[in-house]
Amino acid sequence: MADVLTDRSARGEEAGERPRRRVPSWLITVASVALVLLVWEWFGRDVNPVFGSYPSAIALAFVELARSGQLGTALLESLQPFVAGYVLAIILGVPLGLLIGRFRVAEAGLGIYVTAGYAMPLVALVPLLVLWLGLGFAVKAAVVFLMSVFPICINTWLGVAAVPKSLIDVGKAFVAPNLVILWRIVLPATLPYIMAGIRLAVGRAVVAMVIAEFFTSISGLGAIIINSANNFDTATMFVPIVVLMVLAIGLNALIGWVERRVAPWQAEIAGRDE
Amino acid sequence: MGSVSLVDVSKRFALRVDGEQQSVQALAHVSFTVDDGEIVALIGPSGCGKTTALRIAMGLESASSGRVLVDGREVKGCGHDRGMVFQHAALLPWLTAAQNVMFGLEMKGVRGSELQTTVQRYLNLVGLDGSGSRRPHQLSGGMQQRVGIARALAIDPKVLLMDEPFGALDAQTREALQGELLEIHTRTGKTILFVTHDLDEAVLIADRIVVLRDGAVQEIMDVPLPRPRGDLGSVRGTKAFADARYHVWQALHAPTQH
Repeated sequence: MADVLTDRSARGEEAGERPRRRVPSWLITVASVALVLLVWEWFGRDVNPVFGSYPSAIALAFVELARSGQLGTALLESLQPFVAGYVLAIILGVPLGLLIGRFRVAEAGLGIYVTAGYAMPLVALVPLLVLWLGLGFAVKAAVVFLMSVFPICINTWLGVAAVPKSLIDVGKAFVAPNLVILWRIVLPATLPYIMAGIRLAVGRAVVAMVIAEFFTSISGLGAIIINSANNFDTATMFVPIVVLMVLAIGLNALIGWVERRVAPWQAEIAGRDE
Repeated sequence: MGSVSLVDVSKRFALRVDGEQQSVQALAHVSFTVDDGEIVALIGPSGCGKTTALRIAMGLESASSGRVLVDGREVKGCGHDRGMVFQHAALLPWLTAAQNVMFGLEMKGVRGSELQTTVQRYLNLVGLDGSGSRRPHQLSGGMQQRVGIARALAIDPKVLLMDEPFGALDAQTREALQGELLEIHTRTGKTILFVTHDLDEAVLIADRIVVLRDGAVQEIMDVPLPRPRGDLGSVRGTKAFADARYHVWQALHAPTQH
């Protein structure tokens, strides 16, 4: 078989030949973070503690908040509407994006709302949402949902539009019904786009959660931010902000891990050379 | 049994060029038949409509006028009576080779142990017994197209339709697969219609050649080479091959008859 010749490169085995020693990526990240913290610490100490703070002071405030149990309670309070709104955005956003991407009528009829919704100034609408849903859990989940559903939906929609026609033809040629083509060809082919949308939505959902806590009943991590800001306790104010950023990084990593599990072929096909 | 005919098939489609609507005649009154067990090559320069004709035979595109017959009966749309082998294989990249073959069978309604044994049988037929659990990108181009052939054959269609199946492969792999296709044809007796722009390939493999130019049939000719063709390398050295090849070449370069 002539194919055997090309077989090795097809399996990507040349990557296995004598790996060059390289600095691992995580080490670069750690060094980068350490450098930023050091510089911040160095210059931050010179700033009036009302106008700014620095890592060691924030760390102390963190320990205090954590020990008093305030941080844990607030985090739990914030996470509940966050998870509810975010998960609902995935559950509704993905199928909606698939439909809009796949069917002309759905695109013409619904696409315009999704495009407009993405640019909607949600903060301005929060007071109205409060009138409808009250001040509690529901309104917070709704704000998170509204902020994250559109990027998920739009990314899915774009992904469907990018599915190679030849793969759809395979479905048609083997007489697959429309729904089977959607489920077994369009959905897997779109997965990398969907995961990208879900990632983009993390950031927006975190922001939405804090906005919701500012504008509705003051609670959760948002409450700590507002209360400590009002007390000019800037170090404590930074604690929830840092916690939220760490949370977003963690979620991002989790989503990346899930992506490699559900779409392993993508990482194998695409990728950097270096 | 398995024959496929295009009867007076025409295809027009609209094209926007520089903001102006133009109507393009892709096919004009194309008629030919592939008889049971026969291999017919559809050849012509790019843009002559050969792929469009094949897609219409498959049912992936509809004809503006004319009919497609399988075993003398008119067909509309795609069906399990025809199996398609795509250009560049068009495997589903998230499925293994075996799962790709399985896809067509599942769509046909095959289930359970029959599914497994059929997949294995057709992977064996194309020489991929040990590679069933590999994903497409872990296979070379030639192996990918073998999976494509297995996928189409596994549903046991009456007719195999192939769209420039070896066009993207290197010369050596192409020759190997041409030989294997003939071997598969000997074993299964399938009716095959395949599109190619490769003169040598058409003469080596086909019983008859349909020359298509500007969307119309220029000539239909018999290939006077005996079956089985045996070693294709030595067939290339025969005078019969050279004569047939020259004949097709002339048809491709003669002034068009319309």
